[in-house]
Amino acid sequence: MTVAHRIYLDNHSTTRVDPRVLEAMMPYFTEQYGNAASRNHEFGWEAERAVEKARSQAAALINAKPKEIIWTSGATESDNLAIKGVIEFYKEKGNHIITVQTEHKAVLDTCKALERSGTATFTLIKPKPDGLVDLDDLRAAITDKTVLISVMHANNEIGVIQPVAEIGAIAREHGIIFHSDGAQSVGKIPVDVEAMNIDLLSISAHKIYGPKGVGALYVRSRKPRVRLQAQMDGGGHERGMRSGTLAVPMIAGLGEACEIAGAEMAVEAARVQALRERLRHKLFEELDELYINGDLEQRLPGNLNISFAFVEGESLMMGLREIAVSSGSACTSASLEPSYVLKALGVGDDLAHTSIRFGIGRFNTEEEIDVVAEKVIKEVRRLREMSPLYEMAKEGIDLKSVDWG
Amino acid sequence: MAYSDKVIDHYENPRNVGSFEKEEEGVGTGVVGAPECGDVMKLQLKITPKGVVEDARFKTFGCGSAIASSSYITELVKGKSVDEVRGISNTEIVEELSLPPVKIHCSVLAEDAIKAAISDWEAKNGGDKDAS
Ligand SMILES: Cc1ncc(COP(=O)(O)O)c(C=O)c1O
Repeated sequence: MTVAHRIYLDNHSTTRVDPRVLEAMMPYFTEQYGNAASRNHEFGWEAERAVEKARSQAAALINAKPKEIIWTSGATESDNLAIKGVIEFYKEKGNHIITVQTEHKAVLDTCKALERSGTATFTLIKPKPDGLVDLDDLRAAITDKTVLISVMHANNEIGVIQPVAEIGAIAREHGIIFHSDGAQSVGKIPVDVEAMNIDLLSISAHKIYGPKGVGALYVRSRKPRVRLQAQMDGGGHERGMRSGTLAVPMIAGLGEACEIAGAEMAVEAARVQALRERLRHKLFEELDELYINGDLEQRLPGNLNISFAFVEGESLMMGLREIAVSSGSACTSASLEPSYVLKALGVGDDLAHTSIRFGIGRFNTEEEIDVVAEKVIKEVRRLREMSPLYEMAKEGIDLKSVDWG
Repeated sequence: MAYSDKVIDHYENPRNVGSFEKEEEGVGTGVVGAPECGDVMKLQLKITPKGVVEDARFKTFGCGSAIASSSYITELVKGKSVDEVRGISNTEIVEELSLPPVKIHCSVLAEDAIKAAISDWEAKNGGDKDAS
């Protein structure tokens, strides 16, 4: 199998660095390798200029001001800094967090860690079966101790886009800080921290054709000014919120990735969505018993998450060896539990085990989509012929009524 | 996770996929696992009146290692007596297919499928003999 034949359809996991991004990064490895904190020579100044340019590029993409961008190592760190930073800074005001069952582990496990240490309590909202948060459930979860609402913009498994503007308005109305994990949405769909009332927004470079290991946290500077307790102590970089020598080449890459994403978003989103629809239609034309997980309308353009009933996800991935996708099947995770995101939607474990996530991105082509559709159809048919469940279903047996012992 | 060559071979060229008529003379059927757990194996053994496994079929819903485990046992059981087959343990499957620790449960399920198929055969055939 040669590299040329591989097809990458796992763009929610990470993305290829855009060659234009790499080009923007290179000078800061080779010639302009100064420390952005060096105030007394040209090397330092040019590094600082690069960092400030990137800050403007990232800010422009989300309608923020440059000084509201704090560089981090990625969305995991941004989520940690946002949640722990708020809880620790505002401890006099309250200690309660509201978040959602379908959040990324970087949010959920941060909340759990705060609960374990006795620093905070949190309420997990169960989403509707389409994956969207019910605003009434959100309102009902608010207490006089609630200081933070954290709801992701777009979900990494099912691509569902939450009504963040409405959530932000509710938070604002109650004087609660609103954090949103934008790792999957920024650069893919419009994000406007003003229009959406977002106070804190996590960004990751490697999801938007930038390098791995760098990200940003947007921190609102006024109306209201949001304060954070730093989680990394040291030289006081990033206005004291995140110490550590700035990763200048990576930050330059993130800036460039933001600039490209902003300039090309409308065209790219339409193209990627057309590829997604092409794949969806081909699969649904040829195969029965397919189920889409998550709302199809409020969804990232490049996301398709399908349960292929009667075919276990890992076995399907094995048949698609030269195609990179991911599955909600337990067999692909260390935990032996199928996807907690699908579970939160009320998808049964039986169907969760058969789910495949296709993540279409900037570098995918129509030819690739056609190859993928053909392979998936062929493998699903083959594996269904091998599946005792498919045989039983075709015999008219209701699998739910079977006593599996 | 990388798969062993033998797992890949069984997955790509599964042996003895299919079904016998459940009511056919000498056929014992075992269905083990559950859809909620991500694995269901159906194993059928065709056993001669003298108690020798002459043929086997399987269908499996499960990961590649579960498919490979069930495919492998259909080969392993052929020509063996019911007593020999009953004695097959999952470690034989683990060794043959070089299953990693996280996939041991696939081999356990395959062993369970063998035992279930034999019980079914005994209930239908051997059971009568014991009673007479
Ligand atoms: C929604 C979401 N949040 C956070 C992360 C973590 O981002 P990073 O890899 O930059 O730490 C990811 C990526 O896996 C993600 O999809």
